[in-house]
Amino acid sequence: MNSSPAPLVTFDGVSLGYGDFTVLSGIDLRAMPGQVVAMMGGSGSGKTTLLRAMTGQLRAQAGKIHVFGQDMAKLDGEPLRAVRQRMGVLFQSGALFTDLNVFENVAFPLREHTHISEQQILERVLDKLQAVGLRHAAHLRISEISGGMARRVALARAIVLEPELILYDEPFAGLDPISLGITAQLIRTLTDQLGCASILITHDVAESFAIVDRVYLIGQGRLIAQGTPAELSASQDDYLQQFLQGRPDGPIGFHYPLTPAFERWLASRRAA
Amino acid sequence: MTRERTDFWVGLFILLGLIALAFLALRAGNMSSFSFAPTYQVHAYFDNVGGLKVRAPVKSSGVVVGRVAEIGFDNQRFQAKVTLSLEQAYAFPKDSSASILTSGLLGEQYVGLTPGGDDKDLADGGTIEFTQSAVVLEDLISKFLYSSAEKEGSQQGQATGGAAAPGTGQ
Amino acid sequence: MSRLANRIAALGHGFASWITGLGAFARLFSAILARSSVVLRRPGLVSQQVHFIGNHSLLIIGVSGLFVGFVLGLQGYYTLNRYGSEEALGLLVALSLTRELGPVVTALLFAGRAGTSLTAEIGLMKAGEQIAAMEVMAVDPLRRVLAPRFWGGVIAMPILAAVFSMVGILGGWFVGVILIGIDPGAFWSQMQGGVDVIDDVLNGVIKSLVFGIVVTLIALYQGWTARPTPEGVSRATTRTVVSGALAVLGLDFLLTALMFAH
Repeated sequence: MNSSPAPLVTFDGVSLGYGDFTVLSGIDLRAMPGQVVAMMGGSGSGKTTLLRAMTGQLRAQAGKIHVFGQDMAKLDGEPLRAVRQRMGVLFQSGALFTDLNVFENVAFPLREHTHISEQQILERVLDKLQAVGLRHAAHLRISEISGGMARRVALARAIVLEPELILYDEPFAGLDPISLGITAQLIRTLTDQLGCASILITHDVAESFAIVDRVYLIGQGRLIAQGTPAELSASQDDYLQQFLQGRPDGPIGFHYPLTPAFERWLASRRAA
Repeated sequence: MTRERTDFWVGLFILLGLIALAFLALRAGNMSSFSFAPTYQVHAYFDNVGGLKVRAPVKSSGVVVGRVAEIGFDNQRFQAKVTLSLEQAYAFPKDSSASILTSGLLGEQYVGLTPGGDDKDLADGGTIEFTQSAVVLEDLISKFLYSSAEKEGSQQGQATGGAAAPGTGQ
Repeated sequence: MSRLANRIAALGHGFASWITGLGAFARLFSAILARSSVVLRRPGLVSQQVHFIGNHSLLIIGVSGLFVGFVLGLQGYYTLNRYGSEEALGLLVALSLTRELGPVVTALLFAGRAGTSLTAEIGLMKAGEQIAAMEVMAVDPLRRVLAPRFWGGVIAMPILAAVFSMVGILGGWFVGVILIGIDPGAFWSQMQGGVDVIDDVLNGVIKSLVFGIVVTLIALYQGWTARPTPEGVSRATTRTVVSGALAVLGLDFLLTALMFAH
């Protein structure tokens, strides 16, 4: 981890939510260039909300979010587009354009944002596909490739403009062991090669601990723990240990809590 | 599909559309009788234009020689002022007459031009002196009723003519 | 008593939300128009959409036009025959098609075929996060996805309507002249004498342009606002057909009154 001047992403006391509902509060985090950072938490803990805050799709209800040193709350239109061009996002489902083939999908950002020649586009796209191991799949249609391959094509598309920040939404979800290993390797190598910051939204402990520099654990609406993988593994926090070891019961109860609505429903069923 | 192939099919599609439009305009519509020949304008005043419409044909001897350009009302003469666009290839004498005729029994109305005998021709902006208005059905019927009533009256008169006192009626 | 009050309140809500929807619809329309420079900057995108929307509808439009022409020829003959005016069949067929059936039936078929596929495509793109991906990649989805489809539909519709009318007239000719035996000279000359290029053909083209704008916009709007679930997309496609059809028929009445009242 290099001690670089400015962090690429900063969250200061951020609260996030939709309408009156607050999902997360009091979030502080930093991502430096060359760093792989993991945002971890159980399902529904608000990880995707964090991602949308970083891309500017969601405004903070409280606190400040800075990306590339700019206050996201003040950005709109052209400046927002300029910031978004410097980051790459990998969606959980890949979000590839189904009406284009593999090559055209990866070429899309180049066609939209640059004016380089067809030859140069060809070079760059094949180069990035090579990096993810899919150079010879460039001609395939999206319907012809597997889920793991689609994820890799989406990764190639996310890095084709050589961004300074890459966001990964659940990059390990639903992959077979080999694809898992490949993806983890790619994330680490790309971060080192491009010198960018990579932020992973994930709940996969084993794979991410192997490659990340820093971990932020969120749950119950707040930041529960942060540190290096080693520090977190050694921690004694109950919630943390339940999460890391995957215990079914602990601070997060196994049973869904009892509510009056359930009792009313049960009574009506018994009466029928 | 590659760009070129898509463009080809789109081009074909647009061509098909143009052909369809051309078909509708020329074979189905009356555009083939549109002429782009140069024209000159003459005016004619009618008491009644009936159902004459703008762009109705102007025919002489049954052949289309022009179109009705404009129909207006002259507040000075209290007559309808019809402007005809005649093709420059056809010149008519100054004393030609224009009548509003109906093609067939219930067809569209048009302007019939009958040439006169003058040496001088109608010039651009000239006026046709002799016109015949459109036949209005109601006038025809009332004329018929009036004349048949008259005939009956005169027959009656003749029948009782001898009995009629001199100086009363004829 | 309170149930009746509730029902009335619900009706009021429904009406208010319909009006809100109309406002959102108008907003989408102006947003798409504002981004229409894409036609000049990326004509390839528009051309591609003309292909998907227009070329792929040619078959159904052509076959429907042919059959409508056949039926017009047959029914027209039966009715005109009673008054001894069979020779006006050409005129009847041509006027019915160019003034009304061409633009209207084409628009209804368009709503069903092209409209639903536009709605489903946009709805599924939204559901599959393709639209969100584009936004995050700093590409304006309205400019990249909606505007080309809008102009593709507007360009394709008048062409399809003209093809429908042409094929219909030929169908009427086939039934009237070839099968029944009406004099071809009378068939065509009465038609040419009675169908005015400006009043009939041009007005028909204007109608189909208006329908093209409205139906395409409705299809795009329904796809854009659909819920990203299978049920949501299915509801949206149904709404495209129903709203599109009602809008076409309502506008047809207005336009006919405007254009053909003497």
